[in-house]
This record gives sequence, C-alpha cells and structure tokens, in this order.
Amino acid sequence: MLLLHIGKPFNLRKEILGKKMRGKGSSSSKISTLIVDDDPLTRRIHKVLLTKVGLETQAVENGKEAVDLYRSGASFDLILMDLEMPIMDGPKATKELRAMGVQSMIVGVTARDLEVEKQMFMASGLDDCYVKPLTTDTVTALVEKLNKDN
Amino acid sequence: MEREKTDIFSRESQRESGRKGKQLSGRGEGLEPQVAEETARESSAKTGLPLWMLGLGADRLRADMNRLLALLFHQGVLDEQFLQLQQLQDETSPNFVSEVVNIYFHESEKLLRNLRGLLMDREFSDYKKMGIHLNQFMGSSSSIGAKRVRNVCVAFRAASEQNNRAGCLRALELVEHEYCYLKNKLHELFQLEQQRVLAAGVRYPIQN
Repeated sequence: MLLLHIGKPFNLRKEILGKKMRGKGSSSSKISTLIVDDDPLTRRIHKVLLTKVGLETQAVENGKEAVDLYRSGASFDLILMDLEMPIMDGPKATKELRAMGVQSMIVGVTARDLEVEKQMFMASGLDDCYVKPLTTDTVTALVEKLNKDN
Repeated sequence: MEREKTDIFSRESQRESGRKGKQLSGRGEGLEPQVAEETARESSAKTGLPLWMLGLGADRLRADMNRLLALLFHQGVLDEQFLQLQQLQDETSPNFVSEVVNIYFHESEKLLRNLRGLLMDREFSDYKKMGIHLNQFMGSSSSIGAKRVRNVCVAFRAASEQNNRAGCLRALELVEHEYCYLKNKLHELFQLEQQRVLAAGVRYPIQN
C-alpha cells in the first residue's frame, strides 16, 4: 500500500523488538502502541483506529506520563506523540525518551501542516511526523514497516 | 452589548431541538426494541396497516439522512474526514461517530468559552495562550471533518498572530456562528439516525 507523506525516510531499527523490555501485562504478540495526546478527541479516534487494524493501545495525556511509563519498565512498539501538550510537550518527551535509550518507533502528530514545526519536532528524535488525525492508510503503512522490521 | 457567552451554544441547540422535537410523531422514539414492537403492533391494529408498511419510514429516513449529508458536504461544512469516522464505526464501536462528535462538542465549547473569556478581558495580552486554545480547536475540528469551522479559524489565527484584538473578536463571532450551524446540523443528523433505527426495528420485529 502506497503512503505519501512529508518526512525523512524511515530509519529501521532492527533491534526494536529484540532488545526492548516487556512491561507487566504485555502478553500478546500484537504490536503495542502508546498514544500520547492531551486531546480526548484525538485519543478516542486514534484508539479506535489502531484497534481496528489489530494493535494494542494505551493512552496518556502528556509527555511526562509517557516518560514515567517507560521509567516504570513499560515499553511499546510504537508511540504516537502529540506536539503541543501541557506539563511536557512532544519534543521534550521525545528527547527524554531517546536519552533514556528508548528505541521504539516514535511518530509525531501535529495539528498544523507547517514544515518549520515538523522539522523542529523531527529534530527531537522522531522517526516520522504526520498531521493529525492519522488515517487508516497511514497506520497500515506504519504497521507494515514495524512487521518488516520484526 | 456583551453576548451571554454561557448561553450561546445551549440557546441555539434548544431552539433547534424544540423545532425538531415537534416533528417527532408519537411512535415511541427511544423505546427498547420489544416495546417498540408492541407499539408498532398497536399502531397496526388501530390503523389497519400491515407492520411491513409502517417500516417503510426507515427507507425515507435513510434518504433524508443521505440528503442532509450530501448538503453538508456540498456546503463545505464537512469533509472526507467525517466519512473516515463513519468507516471506523462497526459492531465493536456502534456509536463511535456520535461519541466522537459529542466529545468534540464538549471540548469545543470549553475552548470557545476560554477564547471569549480571554478576549473580553480589557487587559488581555496573552496571545500565545489564545494561540494554544485556537490550535487545539482547529485540530479537533479537523479531526471530525468540520471543514468550514476550521477554515474560519484561519482568519482568527492570522489576527491572533498580529496581536489584533478587534480582528480576533470579529473572527470569534464568525467561528461561533459556524460552530452553532454545524452543531445543529449534526444533531439533526443523529436524530434522523435514531428514528431510522427505530423504524428499521418496526419493519423487522423480533420474532418469539
């Protein structure tokens, strides 16, 4: 399935599933996803969208909650990271996760299609960046990339 | 004259709901299927019409819904993102679209009240804070396919970036107007859907 998007080529990390820690409650072979967004509407839409394509989902409301989850030992195959959030925004959370050695695929989602904003967000350590909400095609392409890497 | 900001959304909705409410016949809207079947049988006994004929209303209501949706797309009120939401609705999330739209209404009214509250403050100067609320509102509007609402926010954002308070106020009036129109039309759509589901239940009553 073709996907057209703006962003640097996806950088495959073959050690993602091999090296990551499995947190408590992670028992299936489904791809696990963490939705990081302060907007309840986006969380709801992305949760249903991701579940529909067969992914496990968990959601938090800001970047700090995402970082705290990883500090507690949890891990996810895919993180959808919102740009603007209270307490800790997307770029800061992404930098912290990368500094911790987190190698999960982190995909940024922004409300605006501004190249300057996307580049700034990408520079924090994202694998890719999209305008929200994500579409079925986008999510399917992300899953295919993750499966190929696996 | 200052608009009664807490009333605008409920006032507009109540006016529309009242008008639409009068159109609802006494066919037992909102009843459980079993009760709806009993009501339908009573109607059939009173009118002499067979049950299947009472259920013809479902087709008419579906046509009404399609016409309303086509109008909203033609007017640019909704875009294809709304169709994406409909495609996500299935038996595992049977009320997904109405849930999402209700979340949108709830969050949007908070954001719009925040925006009006900021602008009505004589000493207002925090355009950055206003920009954050506005970005969130625009993002949410895009998420449900509220194209026209999102588009009128563009002028609002431009005025905000120029620190133009008067321009922001004018833009906010327009945004509120478009939002109220959208809300009324979506309420109308969901009411038609509820009636259609009921009518479809009458056509195919539960057999013991």
